Amino acid sequence: MMVLGASGMRKFYRLLAAGVVGLAFSGVVMAEGNPRDPYEGFNRAMYSVNEAVDKFAAKPVAQVYDKAFPLPVKAGVGNFFGNVGDLWIGVNGALQGKFGDAGIDLGRLLVNSTVGIFGLFDVASELGLEKHDEDSGQTLAVWGVGDGAYLFWPIIGPRTMRDTAGWMIDSYVDPVWRVRPISVRNSLVALRFVDIRASLLPADKVVEEAALDKYAYVRDAYLQRRRNQIFDGRPPRLDD
Amino acid sequence: MMKKLFALFFAGFVASSVFAQEAPDALIQQVTEDVLDIIRKDKDIQSGNTNKAIELVDKKVLPHFNFQHMTALALGKDWRKATPQQQQLLIAEFKTLLVRTYSNALTSYKNQKVVYKPFKMNSGETDVLVRTEVLQPGSKPVQLDYSLEKLDSGWKVYDVVVAGISLVTNYRDQFGQEIRNGGVDGLIASLANKNKSMEANLAKVEKK
Repeated sequence: MMVLGASGMRKFYRLLAAGVVGLAFSGVVMAEGNPRDPYEGFNRAMYSVNEAVDKFAAKPVAQVYDKAFPLPVKAGVGNFFGNVGDLWIGVNGALQGKFGDAGIDLGRLLVNSTVGIFGLFDVASELGLEKHDEDSGQTLAVWGVGDGAYLFWPIIGPRTMRDTAGWMIDSYVDPVWRVRPISVRNSLVALRFVDIRASLLPADKVVEEAALDKYAYVRDAYLQRRRNQIFDGRPPRLDD
Repeated sequence: MMKKLFALFFAGFVASSVFAQEAPDALIQQVTEDVLDIIRKDKDIQSGNTNKAIELVDKKVLPHFNFQHMTALALGKDWRKATPQQQQLLIAEFKTLLVRTYSNALTSYKNQKVVYKPFKMNSGETDVLVRTEVLQPGSKPVQLDYSLEKLDSGWKVYDVVVAGISLVTNYRDQFGQEIRNGGVDGLIASLANKNKSMEANLAKVEKK
């Protein structure tokens, strides 16, 4: 995906959209399976593909990155991309009616882009301007769109149907994908991918050791985490 | 006079420390800071000595956990299908699994800071949520919440929620699957196997 150009990205979306529609109509429901995961067979296959890609490509690169750079450098990279994302986080906050939060996100962008030197330092957090966690999938959820089926995509990983749509919107407006020249854009996209992958290395170990069935552990963790994000960290309690 | 004042002061001190032990948020803070203090000073744990981390968790953390409740919560409706003997085995295996996994997670500690969120509790409440946040440079803060219940022996943790993911109920589907496939004994066997293979891995790493 990292090497696709703009037209390649569009093709990729179309393919993805076709996949979603295809799945919606195929209706292969497994008898004893999880009702939230009707395409478990397909998803497990994709999960194995992803595991293989991760094992031989993404993870080794992330491990090298993690070892090669000291914490302040990695923090700078994380802060930089975090700052790039703050504007869209604010827009999504506003779309969900959280105007106060959106104002804070805007303030963060201004402070970090200037005093924080292009976002390399998260000065705003030190000043008490708290970072928020919003995206289009959450906005759609707040507007009443249900999860839809759980899906596991190659490379981008777990997404519900709704969050797949949200992810497409987020990627479409993503400023990093619009950087030119293409070579710089590709480097930035790759760097962000590696930085995120590296930050997940400790979680890898936990899943490896904690899960009886890694696929199910990742799925259920994803669904719980999304629910928590949609309710901004205070989801109503489910009855046991 | 001096003696009385001293006694009063001392009584106040004792009372406040008893109070601190009883408040669930103070308990979480005290245990967290104790554990972080030890890890910060312990180069072995920082360089991945899981056995030493397990020892630390055993001593400092486990006394404040209610594993019976945790196991029942992880099984959900299936808990009642298990006989008392099966329940004891489940608790023991689940405890081993959780302790080993999360002790190991402690070995990835790198300068994170824990922030304690404001906590309010109505008098007489026996089931509360204590909210904290783990801060690390360059990453989003990670929400880390604890559910506690009040027992005769004091406040006990029965669920740990990381970034909205309950480390306990995240097992429910997997456990349900095991029970559908092989009954409660099947689940016990799977857990025991998992624990054995992790033990073997650990032994291999330690030898290196």
